[in-house]
Parts: sequence; C-alpha cells; structure tokens
Amino acid sequence: MDQFTGTVWVLGDDIDTDIIIPTEYLALKTVEDMKPYGFYPLRPELPGLIRPGDIIVAGKNFGCGSSREQAPEIIKALGVSCVIAKSFARIFFRNSINNGLLLIENSHIQEAVKEGDRLTVHTNQYLEHEGRKYPIEALPDNLLDILNAGGLVKAMRKLNGLD
Amino acid sequence: MAQTFIEKLIARNIGADSVRAGNIVTLNVDRVMIHDIFIPFVASKFEEMGFSKLWDPDKVVLIYDHLVPASQTDDTRHFQVGNAFVEKYGMKNIHRSDGICHQLMTEAGYVKPGDVVFGTDSHTTTYGSVGAFSTGIGYTEMASILGTGKLWVKVPETIRVKITGKLASNVTSKDIILTLIGDLGADGATYKALEFVGDTVEDMTVASRMTIANMAIEAGAKCALFRADEKTAEYCQIPLTEKETGLYGDEDADYFQMIEYRAEDFVPVLACPSQVDKIRPARELKDIAIDQVFIGSCTNGRLEDLVAAAEILKGKKVAPFVKLIVTPASRKIYQQAAANGTLQILAEAGAMITHPACGLCCGRAGGILTDGERIVATNNRNFLGRMGTNKVEIYLASPKTAAASAVAGKIVPA
Repeated sequence: MDQFTGTVWVLGDDIDTDIIIPTEYLALKTVEDMKPYGFYPLRPELPGLIRPGDIIVAGKNFGCGSSREQAPEIIKALGVSCVIAKSFARIFFRNSINNGLLLIENSHIQEAVKEGDRLTVHTNQYLEHEGRKYPIEALPDNLLDILNAGGLVKAMRKLNGLD
Repeated sequence: MAQTFIEKLIARNIGADSVRAGNIVTLNVDRVMIHDIFIPFVASKFEEMGFSKLWDPDKVVLIYDHLVPASQTDDTRHFQVGNAFVEKYGMKNIHRSDGICHQLMTEAGYVKPGDVVFGTDSHTTTYGSVGAFSTGIGYTEMASILGTGKLWVKVPETIRVKITGKLASNVTSKDIILTLIGDLGADGATYKALEFVGDTVEDMTVASRMTIANMAIEAGAKCALFRADEKTAEYCQIPLTEKETGLYGDEDADYFQMIEYRAEDFVPVLACPSQVDKIRPARELKDIAIDQVFIGSCTNGRLEDLVAAAEILKGKKVAPFVKLIVTPASRKIYQQAAANGTLQILAEAGAMITHPACGLCCGRAGGILTDGERIVATNNRNFLGRMGTNKVEIYLASPKTAAASAVAGKIVPA
C-alpha cells in the first residue's frame, strides 16, 4: 500500500496498554470479544465510532505499559490503518510490527490535525494534511521484512516451509 | 575498547569481540518465561507458525500467577491450556501456585548473571537485578523463540545512574526508582538500558535491586542492569567468578546519559494518579484520606518489604476505615514471613494477608476499588482504571510509606 487516506482520531500522551485494553478483559477468549472494550477507561465510545481505514494520531510514548499484544491486535481489529505518534513504547512497537500494524513516528502533525480531519499517508515518505507535507522515516529492513511477510506468524510459517 | 554493560553481555552471548549500541543482532536465548494470561495465545501462535517441538523444553518456564486462584470461571481455561501444552511438549518447569513470575524466576534459580531472558510480561526487566539481560515481549515473539531459541534486538544505548552515600532510614529503593522515573519521565529511557552503579547500589540487598529493576520499564527502559557481586552469587546460589563479575560498564564507555544522585537527597515519595512519573514528596501530600493500602507485588512483596511494614505496624492498628491488603510475592516468602513472626504482627495490626500471586496489582481480584476511592499501593503501576473504575486514585509508594499511611488513614511519610 503506497498511499492511503483515513479519518483522524486524536489521543494524547502516554496512552498506556491498560487504557487500550484493561486487564479485566484480557482473559476473554478472542480479540473480537475484547474489541468493544478498546480504550474503555479513557473513551469507551471509540470502538463504536472507529471505521475501517481510520488513523490514530497521538502524542508521546504511545503504548507504554504492559507487554499485552492484545493492544495492537485490538487497534488493528478495529480497522485502524496506522497509528501516528510522537514516540512509541518499545514492546508495543515490536508487537505492532509482528502483527502487521503500521506505526509512524512524527512529532509535528499533532499541532495541525484535529479529530475528524482527513489525512493521507504516503508509506515510508510523508504524511499529507490540508496540502502540507510532513516527512517520515522509512522502517529498517528487518522490520519491513516482517511487515511485508504479513507479520511474524507468517514469517515463521514460511521458515517452516508451510506457505 | 571501552564498552557498556549491555554491549559486553550481548557480545558474549553472540560470540563476538564487541558490539555497539544501535547494532541489530540475533541473540541466543538462555531462558523464557510465560505466564498464565498469555499461555493460550502463545500456544496457538506456536502451532499456527508450524512448529512441532520446543527448541529446548528445559529453558521454558510457565508460571500461573495473574489468575491464581481463579476469580472468574473462564480463568481456569488458561490453566487447562497451559497444562496441556506442558504435557504435549515435555516441559518440566511449571509453577501452578508458587508465587509471582518475576519473583520465582530468580528465586527458583532460572536466571543467572549474564543470561539473556525474555518473558511475556513487561516487568521481566526485574532480572537485571542479578546482572541478566531480561525484557518483556509479546506472545507472538515468544512463540517464535519457543521454536527457534533466538530473537533479534537492537543493542540499546545506556543511561548510567550512579548513586553514592547512605539512604535515610525511612527511604527505600522504591523511593529511588520512583524519583528516577519522575526525573526521566515515563518515556525518558525508552529503548535504553538503565545501568545502576555506586556504593549505595552496592550496599543494597538483591531484593532492593529487584524493586529498581522491576520498575525500569516504567521509564520505558528496555532493561535494567546491576553488576553481579557476592550478594548476587549467594542469592543465585552460584560461585562468584570472573564470568559474573566481568560484566560491568566501563567508566569511559559511550553513554547516552549519566545521572548522579546523593543517597542522602532521597525522601519518601509517591507516584500520584494516574501517571507513574507524577512524583511528589510524601510530606507535600497533606490531608489526603485513603480507603485502602496494598503491600505486595513483584515490585515490593519480598520478605524485607513485609518486615519493613511490620516494623512500622507493630503494636499499632490500621485506621478503622482503611483496608490493608498484604500479598507476599511467593510461597517461600509467605513461609519465611510466617516463620519469623512478620505475618502475625501484620495480622494483629489488622492486615488481610492473601495468597502469593499478582492479586490486586493487575486489578483482577482481591480488593477492587470504586469511584472516588483512594489507595496507596506498593506495586509498579497507577494507570487509569488499573485497580477498579477510572475514578479510583492510585498512589504508588514504598512499603514503609504504605504502612505508615495505613495507620494514619491518610498519606504520610514513613
């Protein structure tokens, strides 16, 4: 996907994994079961409002907290096409790549966008909002390999000669 | 060539002369830990990946702690899946009710200095207290390690924290790590190794170092590191050789940042709702009434923590309207605290003493709070909604401050 456009949801700094999915819902059987509780402590209405292709724009340290992989899985299951943040917590970053959820670091777009705006992502090149371009960095090759394989499970299936 | 602690450890692990921060390397994993919440996901991903055997069953440890004992009927499914996985793949290292994973990994001898360890929990950073490189990962990466025994990492840059001098008697290592997180910010050490040095650190027990390493993740750190010494060797029940003591950061290595503290400058502090880096001295938090106190968790549920609380609570009573919940971090600690009279003192003061497990820390059972209630807790996170509704206020503190506050019925310094 070289470029795509989505509607923006704006979140703040330090959106932790307990906010993305509280521990009390972590033992539900599937990510689909957990999906309605995404962002529950902060904005319980979000799972009902997010539409496929939407984009989350957040502040610094997005995904801080626990190692729960359900956090990126729920965001992906809600249909979010990518999360743009000033910075990401490291376990969340790895978990997202491993599940094929695109993350983009950018510290300038936050000042420009407001909730409901349309934003276009030109993968590995720049973000585009109301005619302005915001450069972004390309991911390292080893991460692109996992993303391109469709996530770590598929990469391992390939290793085991299954796909 | 001068190197940091983590550079030396990783170079040794991959059999290289040296590595540099920023290098992407594939590590040989010495041990992994999976806990009950994530075992169903690890098991299904492992099989979906097409693996049919574990790379080394002896290097895999499964610990039931978050859901022990079950508080919802569906929790038991995790034990069934875990038991079946252990049986199917010939695992021996399983703990079904022995305590919290991060306590057991070192206590039961699974982690040694210099090891590379990954766990499906963010507080896996705890084992840096014995000089291991350990950090949390998700269940998909765990499944890939179970099949391959390997994981890629980017060699982290290092923030070196030097602490010298003697701590005041009302200050613990919890106050040190909370203060550091406040100074660095919740993302101040993201992707970095936090290396702790100085005579204050050398004087600390392994238990106190564990408290610091446990919370390194709350500043975003990839790992925490303490050089192994005689105390480490005694705790790990190993001889102390150059293999252990040879891992330390060179003075003239390339550090991202160097921070120095005087031990005498630390005071009892609390992390205020609902950010771990919102640190305030206890003496500035006046007339904040509390409903509950929690002393326990992989951060502060060790014997020295329970003893410190008992010293404050001895002969006193918890304030009438305050519930005090004490949760030892492991069965061994529970038994030690029972044997030396600590549990008796705590019970006489009015504490409710629970089974060793994650308990209230992860907000699933054993003292959930509701709107408008306030708790002083010794665990590692005060995130919104973690111990009940999103209108619960969680203050994080040392066991000493927590015990003193339980008696006062409001937040007070130890």
